[in-house]
Amino acid sequence: MKIHEYQSKSLFKAAGIAVPEGVVCKSADEAATAFESLGGELAVVKSQIHAGGRGKGRFKEFPDQPGVVLVRSADEAREHAERMLGNTLVTIQTGEEGKQVNTLFVEQGLKIARELYLGIVVDREVGGPVLIMSSEGGMEIEEVAKSHPEKILAEPFDAAEGLFPFQARKMAYALGFDKTAVRSAEKFLPKLCRFFVDNDCSMTEVNPLVLTEDGQLLALDAKVSFDDNAMFRHKNLVELRDLTEEDASEVRAGEAGLSYVNLDGNIGCLVNGAGLAMSTMDLIKLHGAEPANFLDVGGGATVDQVTEAFQIILSDDAVKAVLVNIFGGIMRCDVIVEALLEAYEKVGFTVPLVVRLEGTNVEKAREMLGASGRDIVTAEDLTDAAQKVVASLSA
Amino acid sequence: MSILVTDKTRIICQGITGNTGLFHSQKCREYAAECQPGVDVFVGGVTPGKGGTDVDGFPVFNSVGEAKEKTAANTSMVFVPPPFCADAILEAADAGIELIVAITEGIPVMDMIRVKRGLANSSSRLVGPNCPGVITPGVAKIGIMPGYIHTPGSIGIISKSGTLTYEAAWQLGRVGLGQSTAVGIGGDPINGTSFIDLLELFEKDPDTDGILMIGEIGGNAEQEAAEYIKSNVTKPVAGFIAGQTAPPGKRMGHAGAIISGGGGTAAEKMDAMRAAGVVVSDSPAGMGEAMKEAKGA
Repeated sequence: MKIHEYQSKSLFKAAGIAVPEGVVCKSADEAATAFESLGGELAVVKSQIHAGGRGKGRFKEFPDQPGVVLVRSADEAREHAERMLGNTLVTIQTGEEGKQVNTLFVEQGLKIARELYLGIVVDREVGGPVLIMSSEGGMEIEEVAKSHPEKILAEPFDAAEGLFPFQARKMAYALGFDKTAVRSAEKFLPKLCRFFVDNDCSMTEVNPLVLTEDGQLLALDAKVSFDDNAMFRHKNLVELRDLTEEDASEVRAGEAGLSYVNLDGNIGCLVNGAGLAMSTMDLIKLHGAEPANFLDVGGGATVDQVTEAFQIILSDDAVKAVLVNIFGGIMRCDVIVEALLEAYEKVGFTVPLVVRLEGTNVEKAREMLGASGRDIVTAEDLTDAAQKVVASLSA
Repeated sequence: MSILVTDKTRIICQGITGNTGLFHSQKCREYAAECQPGVDVFVGGVTPGKGGTDVDGFPVFNSVGEAKEKTAANTSMVFVPPPFCADAILEAADAGIELIVAITEGIPVMDMIRVKRGLANSSSRLVGPNCPGVITPGVAKIGIMPGYIHTPGSIGIISKSGTLTYEAAWQLGRVGLGQSTAVGIGGDPINGTSFIDLLELFEKDPDTDGILMIGEIGGNAEQEAAEYIKSNVTKPVAGFIAGQTAPPGKRMGHAGAIISGGGGTAAEKMDAMRAAGVVVSDSPAGMGEAMKEAKGA
């Protein structure tokens, strides 16, 4: 689960992590007032969307308007806000369709001495969290990793103990901090690492992390995402979820306990198991067509869930055929067929349906399919299924 | 012979009084009874607070320690719900259970970090979580895989995926290759047993003469395994990587299946495996044939 920058900073602030002063604004007037209340000569007006690359991003409606902009007066703040709010920001991460900006965050301008990169993620090999820093603030860390791998510092830390002060100093000295900045790092870095662990983050990124002219570290940006599996113990964080930032079908699938990812192709897939679902997509591609989605009905899906899965797939207008690929383990094949037939009743299949079943109760499931009298193509194995569903597109 | 699951395996289920736990305990008991008639392989279960009761002939204990003492169990199949699962795994390790197979999906990553740390000085082996389990065909199964798709033989399977492993076993069966042991290591970013751990065990196992390795996008466990294969594995290895068409930045069902920062793609994994001499199938339908080819080479 991702949250907005202003929400991340509010969590940072509560955890004692230094952030610039800022005001959340929903209207151009609020943006102007925010400039006044911040009281400085300079402020930054920032579009709040989940995607990155906002500074270089531009609005569809106002091609010269950047997603993040420096302003020097309340009037300027208002003018920019008017062009931003309610309009569509396209960045390198949003795709061509862009994202509507509904909220702005107006922040005080700062006297910045240095811009750095900071990220915390879970390192799979280490089996624990790792703090990553780089002198190249503002740059994508993936690019730095390619062009200047030597500029990336990584410090694994113990999830229970947190980052020790000596580890913070190690980073600070490697980055060439002066005495004041080292002291700031000793406080700032362990707090951020503690934040990562305590909130079950999957990523905490501060890019740029800035060193102010008076030697203090401060999170100028904040990008935080959480481990969905841990949200049961963070009710306060769940409330921060912004459903307008997510794909509507993916949200709907999530509510039904399904794992769904919308893709660009035209063959819908309903598969049990993530690995087999990915493989089914690969298979469709190998046979010259494109998958419309990833959909894993999971191991213990009920008739209702499977019905919902079909409805989600069929609600995508791009879908011209559907492939069901079930290898029954926990998920019994007869449950799938029962749901399939029920979905037929509810939504009606207007596109060809190819079904490939194998596994627990497969004979019973095949009998049920045969006895249903429905126009369903059955397939023997993966290749047969792929060939049949791809052929159905041109039939 | 085989790895992990042998005729010495005695199983309990943690979370046996839940619907899913009980259902699969029954299935595992049935499978073991077919394979080893007259031998009591599945010896009971654990649910705190329900000790002293009985579910469908399985004695239920309050703790793993008690279950182990009274049944001589050496293996636990864990079906405990995600919020309590890490604790259950650590309890099994504390009780000295040799093999812990965690089926549960959805354990928080931070919890698995704690489990990893807790198991570091333990002699217990954890398989999973978020996995189908382990089966030695013709001997016993611990997990949720359908027993009948597996045939006894000499191919070892290591896989991140559940149903894709079933698919693989079924394809191997069609080309006349049975399995020594099939192990699902799970699709979570942090897990107990790795590809490399199992490559080592299969390499040493005299009854395994080929290994099928099934990976997926996310992380670089497959690349590391490929490096390991290059210098340590003499047996033929075939492989497949799921997610060649997966878009970057999107989690594909499994918590660990995500291409992030341009890393963890199927292409780089397949390249690494091919460079290590692994016969990699482009199609999920070609896993059986790839194994056959690797063995013939």
